[in-house]
Amino acid sequence: MEQQIFHHTYANGITLVAQPMPWLESAAFSIAVPAGCRYDATSQRGIANFVCEMVQRGCGDLNSREYIETLESLGVDYSSSASLYNTNFGGAMQAAQLHDALRVYADVLQRPTFPEEQLEDGRLVCFQEIAALRDDLAQRALQRLRLNFYGAIDGRNCEGTLETVQSITLDEIKDFYDRHYRPNGLIIACAGKLDFDSLQAHVGELFQDWQPKPEPVVASEPSRHGIEHIEHESEQTHIAIAYPGVPYSHENYYLNRGAIGVLSGGMSSRLFTEVREKRGLCYTVFASCHTLKDKGAVLCYSGTTNERAQETLDVIIEELQKMALGIKEDELRRLKVQVKSGMIMQQESCRGRAGSIAGDWFHLGRVRTLDEVNEKINELTVESINEYLAANPPKSFDIVTLGPQPLEYEANGISATQA
Amino acid sequence: MEYRQHRLKNGLNILAECNPQAYTSAFGFFVRTGARDETSEISGVSHFLEHMVFKGTPNRSAAQVNLELDEMGSSSNARTGEESTIYHAAVLPEFQGQVVELLSDIMRPSLRVDDFETEKQVIIEEIKMYDDQPPYGGYERMMSEFFGKHPLGQSVLGTVESVSGLTPESMMSYFEERYSPSNICFAGAGKIDFDKLVEDLEKHCGEWTPFSPKRSTQTADYQSGFVSMHKPNSHQQYILQMAAGPASSQEIRFATAVLCSIIGDDSGSRLYWEFLDSGLAESAGMGGYDYQGSGAIMTFICCSPDQAQENLSRLAKLQQSIRKDGITQKELNLAKRKIASHIVLASERTNSRMFSIGSQWLSEESFKTVAEIAAIYESITLDQIHEAIESYPLDQNMTVTVGPCENLVAPD
Repeated sequence: MEQQIFHHTYANGITLVAQPMPWLESAAFSIAVPAGCRYDATSQRGIANFVCEMVQRGCGDLNSREYIETLESLGVDYSSSASLYNTNFGGAMQAAQLHDALRVYADVLQRPTFPEEQLEDGRLVCFQEIAALRDDLAQRALQRLRLNFYGAIDGRNCEGTLETVQSITLDEIKDFYDRHYRPNGLIIACAGKLDFDSLQAHVGELFQDWQPKPEPVVASEPSRHGIEHIEHESEQTHIAIAYPGVPYSHENYYLNRGAIGVLSGGMSSRLFTEVREKRGLCYTVFASCHTLKDKGAVLCYSGTTNERAQETLDVIIEELQKMALGIKEDELRRLKVQVKSGMIMQQESCRGRAGSIAGDWFHLGRVRTLDEVNEKINELTVESINEYLAANPPKSFDIVTLGPQPLEYEANGISATQA
Repeated sequence: MEYRQHRLKNGLNILAECNPQAYTSAFGFFVRTGARDETSEISGVSHFLEHMVFKGTPNRSAAQVNLELDEMGSSSNARTGEESTIYHAAVLPEFQGQVVELLSDIMRPSLRVDDFETEKQVIIEEIKMYDDQPPYGGYERMMSEFFGKHPLGQSVLGTVESVSGLTPESMMSYFEERYSPSNICFAGAGKIDFDKLVEDLEKHCGEWTPFSPKRSTQTADYQSGFVSMHKPNSHQQYILQMAAGPASSQEIRFATAVLCSIIGDDSGSRLYWEFLDSGLAESAGMGGYDYQGSGAIMTFICCSPDQAQENLSRLAKLQQSIRKDGITQKELNLAKRKIASHIVLASERTNSRMFSIGSQWLSEESFKTVAEIAAIYESITLDQIHEAIESYPLDQNMTVTVGPCENLVAPD
C-alpha cells in the first residue's frame, strides 16, 4: 500500500501535514493548538478547557448558533477537547467540504469574539464535564494514578475543579487565548481525498497573517509515588497500576510497545489469559503504553468484585514481574501480525489517520510512514525485547485502588499500607 | 462493488458486499436470537452462550481459539442484544479461508464444564461492572417497565441469580432451539472471494441440521409511567424515557430516524440547544430502537441532581411544542446533510458495511445498498417527519430516573 505524507511549514510556524487517501470519498482534519491544560495556572485549572469551549461560542462573523449551523450545513462531524499539551479541534466530512470547514476553524482560532452573554453557559458546560467524571469510577482511579505518577503538572486532568472553574473571569479567558493560541507550534493534519498543493495554498491564505508569539515554559512538578486507596461504596474494586515506560519518541519505544503487546495485545495475551480466561477474575483487564513528550508509562487497569480484588492485584503484579524473564518466539510472531494488520485497518479511516499524523508530528516533528513502522516491527526480535526487559524490568509500581476496602501490596519488603 | 448472495441447502444465508479495492475483509455470523427468546429461568443465557462460543469446540480448546484469532491479526468480537447475537472478525484478505473456518467451527461450541464455571465468573463480573456504571441498571429497568410482560422487556445480561443457576445442559438445549442454520446469516464485506466463501461455508456448515426456531413478534403493549430509582452515591441524575417507535420493517423508520436526529443528535439538535449549549445537562440525546414487530424511541439526559426536576419540565415542554408546531424545513435540511455525511464516512469502514448487511437480514429487510439508503434519506419530506411526530408522540412515555434525587415527580 503506497503511502505519501506531505508537509509544509509556513513562515509563522504553522505546520500543515497531510496524507492523501485517494481511495476514500471523505476527508478529515485534526488541529493541535499548543494551548493544553499544562499551561493552566494552578489557581485557574480548567481554563484551557474553558477557552476551548468559548472560542466556539462566537467567531468571525458567526454567533454561537451560526457557527454550529455552518458546520452542520457542511456535514462536518466535529469534535474538540483540551489535552495536556494541546487543544484539539477535529472534523470528518465529505471530501469536497474540507476547504470550507477549515475556513470556519480559521475564524475559531484567529477571531473568537468571546461574547460576554455566553460566558455563564460555557462555564456550566465545563461544570458538567467535571461532574461526568465523578461517576466514572475506572476513569477516576486512572486519573488519580496519572496525577501521582507524573506529578501535578503533567498528570493533571484538563477539567479542573468546580472551585477553579467557578473563579475564572472573561478577562482571564481572553488572556489565556492571547498568550497560547499561536501559529508557531500549531499543527494542522489532514487525511483523505485531498490535493496537497491546493490545500497548502488554501491554508496559507487562511492563516498567513497570524503572528507568532513567545513559547511559554512550564516546569514539571515531582511525582508522588506510592500506593493510594480511594474509599467508595461500589460493586467492584477498580485497580490502576503504573510503572515507568518510554515516550513515543524514544529509540526503545517499539521494544517496550512489543513487550506490552505480548502482555495485553489480544485475546491470547498474558493478562487476558491469566486474569480473565484461566481464573475468571474480571471482565476488563489491560495494560497500555502511555506517552508524554519526554516520558512514558505503562498503565494497567482491572475492575473486579471486591472479594476477588486482592487475588486480581496479585496475579497482575505477578504477570508484570514475570515480564523481566522475557517473551517467547510465538508471542512475538502473533504480535507482529496484529500490529501490521491494525495499521492497514487504520487506512480505512481518514479521521484515524489525521489524528495519528498530528500525533506523530507533535511527538517526532515528522510522520512515521507505514513502511517505516513495518520495518521497526520487522526488526523486533525475541532477543532485542528480552534484552530490553532484562535491563528495564517492570517495577516501582504506583497503585491506586478505588472501592470499599484497601488492598495489600508488598513492594521491596515494605507493606503497601505503610508506603 | 458487487452484492452477492447464496443460501445453503440447510438454510444458512450467505450475503456479501464484495469490493475488490478494499484492503481488509470483515465477516460475521448473525444469529436471530437474544434476550427476547429466553424464559425467565434461563435469563442471560444468550449472552452467556455468546461468551461460551469462544471457549472451544471438539476441534479446539478455548486457548487455541484465542491464539488463532490473534495469529491472524484479527479484530474480532461478539455482541448480544434483545433479538440478535453477532460474532464477527475483520482480517486482511489473505486470511479469509482461515477466519471463515474458525468462525464456522466455534459456532458449534462444546460447552465444557470447567470452561463454563470459569466463564460464569466473568459474566458475573460483567454484571457487577455495569452495576458501577451509569445509569446503574436504569436501562434494564426502562426496558422492563416500558415493554411490560412483552419478551422485549427481558434483560440481556440476566441477574447474578439467573446466571448462577445456568448449566451447560440448559444452555445446550437453548442452543439446540435457536442456532438453526435457517436462523443464521453469514455476512461479509470488503475484499472477498465469494465463490470460495460459499465453497468453504458449504464444507464447514453444510452439515448443520436445520429446524424451525419460533419467535413471537407480536407488537408490545407499551407502558407509560414514572419510576424513580434511588442511587445515593451517584453524583449525577440520569433520566431515561421511552416512547413508542417504528418496528424494524416499517418504512416510517427512516423518517423517524431523521426526526431523532433533528430532536436528539449530539450536536445542533433541539435537545442540544435546550440542554447542552446552555450547560443544563452533561449529555442529552435521542435515538430509535427498532425490533421485529415493536419499536421505541429513547431519550436520555444526564444532569446535576438539582437541575433534574426543571429539566424534566423543559423536556416535556419541548415535546409538546414539537407536537404543536412541528419542525422547520431548515432543520430537516441540516439533519439530512448530516446524515448524508455520516453515511459516506460509515460506508468506508469494511466492518460497518458488514454490520449493515447482517443487520438488514436480521430484521428481515431486503438488502439495500449504500446509495439506496442515502437516496431514501434524501427523499424524506417535512410531511413524512410530521407523520412520524403524530405516529409516535414523545410525551406519552415511560420515564425512569436514577440518581441521588428522592422526590422527583412527573412534570405536569
